[in-house]
Amino acid sequence: MIEYNKLIFELSQPTRQAYMLPPCDVQMEEAAELLPEKFLRQQAPALPEVSELDAVRHFTLLSNKNYGIDTGFYPLGSCTMKYNPKINENLASMPGFTSLHPLQPEETVQGALKIMYELQNILAEISGMARVSLQPAAGSQGELTGLMIIKAYHQQCGQGHRSKIIIPDSAHGTNPASVSMTGYQAVEIKSNAQGTVDLAELKAVLDSDTAGLMLTNPNTLGLFEQDIVEIARLVHECGGLLYYDGANMNANLGITRPGDMGFDIVHYNLHKTFSTPHGGGGPGSGPVGVVDKLVEFLPMPWVVIKDGKYVLDSSAAQSIGSVKSFYGNFGILVRAYVYLLTMGGNGLKRVSELAVLNSNYMKERLKKHYRLPFDHVCKHEFVLAGIGPNEHDITTLDIAKRLIDYGYHPPTIYFPLIVDSALMIEPTETENKETLDGFIDALIAIAHEAIEDPEKLKTAPHCTPVSRLDEVKAARDLVLKYTNS
Amino acid sequence: MHPYLPHTKQDVKDMLKVIGVNSIEQLFDDIPESIRFQGELSLQDSLSELEVSAAISSLAAQNRGTDQLACFLGAGAYDHYIPSIVRHIAGRSEFYTAYTPYQPEVSQGSLQVIFEYQTMISELTGLPVANASHYDGATACAEAAFMAQSSTRRKNIIVSQTVNPQTRKVLKTYLKFKGLNLIEVAENNGSTDVEQMKAAIDRDTAAVIMQSPNFLGIIEDIAEIEQAVHAEKGLLILSVDPISLAILKSPGELGADIAVGEGQSLGNTLSFGGPYLGFIATTKKLMRKLPGRIAGQTVDANDKRGFVLTMQAREQHIRRARATSNITSNQALNALMAAAYLVTMGKQGLVEVASLCVKKAHYTARQIARLPGYSLLFDKPFFKEFAVQGKVEIPELNDKLLQADILGGYDLSQEYPQYPNSMLLCVTEKRTKAEIDKLVSEMEGAL
Repeated sequence: MIEYNKLIFELSQPTRQAYMLPPCDVQMEEAAELLPEKFLRQQAPALPEVSELDAVRHFTLLSNKNYGIDTGFYPLGSCTMKYNPKINENLASMPGFTSLHPLQPEETVQGALKIMYELQNILAEISGMARVSLQPAAGSQGELTGLMIIKAYHQQCGQGHRSKIIIPDSAHGTNPASVSMTGYQAVEIKSNAQGTVDLAELKAVLDSDTAGLMLTNPNTLGLFEQDIVEIARLVHECGGLLYYDGANMNANLGITRPGDMGFDIVHYNLHKTFSTPHGGGGPGSGPVGVVDKLVEFLPMPWVVIKDGKYVLDSSAAQSIGSVKSFYGNFGILVRAYVYLLTMGGNGLKRVSELAVLNSNYMKERLKKHYRLPFDHVCKHEFVLAGIGPNEHDITTLDIAKRLIDYGYHPPTIYFPLIVDSALMIEPTETENKETLDGFIDALIAIAHEAIEDPEKLKTAPHCTPVSRLDEVKAARDLVLKYTNS
Repeated sequence: MHPYLPHTKQDVKDMLKVIGVNSIEQLFDDIPESIRFQGELSLQDSLSELEVSAAISSLAAQNRGTDQLACFLGAGAYDHYIPSIVRHIAGRSEFYTAYTPYQPEVSQGSLQVIFEYQTMISELTGLPVANASHYDGATACAEAAFMAQSSTRRKNIIVSQTVNPQTRKVLKTYLKFKGLNLIEVAENNGSTDVEQMKAAIDRDTAAVIMQSPNFLGIIEDIAEIEQAVHAEKGLLILSVDPISLAILKSPGELGADIAVGEGQSLGNTLSFGGPYLGFIATTKKLMRKLPGRIAGQTVDANDKRGFVLTMQAREQHIRRARATSNITSNQALNALMAAAYLVTMGKQGLVEVASLCVKKAHYTARQIARLPGYSLLFDKPFFKEFAVQGKVEIPELNDKLLQADILGGYDLSQEYPQYPNSMLLCVTEKRTKAEIDKLVSEMEGAL
């Protein structure tokens, strides 16, 4: 295979084209005559000029430089990189879905609305919530939406002064960032020696200014917050609400529901738990579910049945409003719905059981070779603390890069922040035992290499299109677009 | 066994043995009994591919989309031509089954695509720095307002009523919770009331948000407003139609500090409202206020060109509560489609698309204006959308058009009650003369 290192702009030749449009079939003056000159651009944007094959080959060769789930094992902690079924893609790509304009008359989109309606209900059932809005575009936007609901609720209750959102120090970075975006103040509490919420710490910060608590359960260490019932009681007792970050829902399907744990608001990551692809960084989808007393605050519109027809309802007077254009990432909703039909209620429970089995198996086999800061039964993921101080200063980054040479995508590294040199491993349920064993053996081999052949780690990866990249230079000499020099 | 679940009974047995437990249930012993889910989820049991395909296909068949109807509906989502190669490129699973490119050595494909996308968005908008994409045009606009607030340390955002109502709704939500003020300036005869806008701008103005071509289709004259807002040291945020930028002055040329817009027109299907992509481009001065991912060029250990995510000190995973935004996922795959579209259409193609839109929209407008009972609502320059007023009720007219396999225009009275019996029609390069003439004759017949 040839090595490819061209930008599309470097292939460009004047007058070459990759498109053909029909000739204009209406008799009309040219655009330049129809519009006042002062609005017109003098120079057309310098887009590339290539043939159709040039374009196809360029992107295909670029795709060859990428690693995806279809390429190999992708145990990225907290990201739930499970298999993205092909049927999802096929069915979501049907013209009956892709060609729908969002403002079409409702009678022409009954099939689409039915999918949204059913999905709202299934998601509510899975989490034990009263109602779900499909509008948020991603998990982070789901968080933002949830915090807006918390604020709107307190304001309506005459508790608008509440200003604090409590977040454990093991939380995703999006949590505090979302808190800031809604004008709240994030209050971080330390985890206890078991890696879970420290009840004493929590009690110390709970007061009449507390608006709510954001928590993911199992947490980012992959540990179930066993005190969740007491945590919920404490937060509710002081008038706060509980927000469930759904990033780790893959451990809970059919086993335990956030609603039953005492959470008031939940966001789902359809691109994690429900198998829709991550797309190289989106599009995701982050629906939000709430308990009864918060239903009227959900973003609008949602789908209801009226006179036997599916309709979009925007009538809730207390709604926080719209967080996004239209109704959510519909194409992603279709994929998630297809997955839910394919797995069924019985299959979903098995998903979580096997995700947890895979994770515990890997943890047991690896803990003799890597530091395991919290040696309890884990849920869908677990966190190792690297190999510890060593003679050759081999870091978790070196280990991650060396894994690439063995054909694997590295786990999430240096997160959660409360674990030194963290390697956060989430295998998911769709990987078989042989794959897990291969990855474990590679990690063990790397731990040995760290002692016997450290150079191999420090210079890794060796078999990728580029070797380790200079991120400092990238940030210092900012080159954020191509310029013809 | 389920096709997505590979564990044999022997696998499970062997793995449990290594873990040192007797059953999978034991792995859940740490969950308090009181919150264990009792019973079964009220979902039906798993279905085979054949069964699911049949069920979903029948739902798809209950919809009638732009594949069956001649679409004259726009209002923020557009039926443009999508070259065949876009779907094939976006269908490469090396792209769509990847995560955010945190490990650049195995993500050079995604990273280079983002870099090329940024370059083309910068070229279209005439502003030097673009991010890797945002959720959609409306949220991109809301984040631009936050950038303005953070940069000017002022709390008032002024928005024209000619900005897409969907965008204004999202702005209202985002700004309200952040504690910023949203001030709306009225439209006057299809475009922003310039005098009112100038009067609204003062030293508390963080930014003015304008859209051109605006929601009513009109190309706004930005010049005076640009001067007025900059005189008060506020920012100008301009929301634009990327297709129009092939022939219309860029936000950079117009003096905008931040350009935003809905990128769906660039090779993305209508998909009932999403997933789309928002784009944001800005000046060098404001680039560190940008939300979301940004790819940058660098070199590897052997001095070979490569790409990484950069300027990450702005982002939530580093800066947490002090990040410029909470966004993590952007719309990478949609941005890939936009990039593939822009590459395919290229320099000439995008101009051709934009010109066809202008010509066909103007042809349609003239034909309708000739009909007794209809008139153009505004006599101002427009791009691909225009408003008509008729002696008909718009919902009834649209019903009749639907019977003739035409998706009619957007009923303006929903958001602009000052314009009853009016609709916004959109004519893209896809509409043929035959379709347009049919629309005109059906409209005539509806009188």
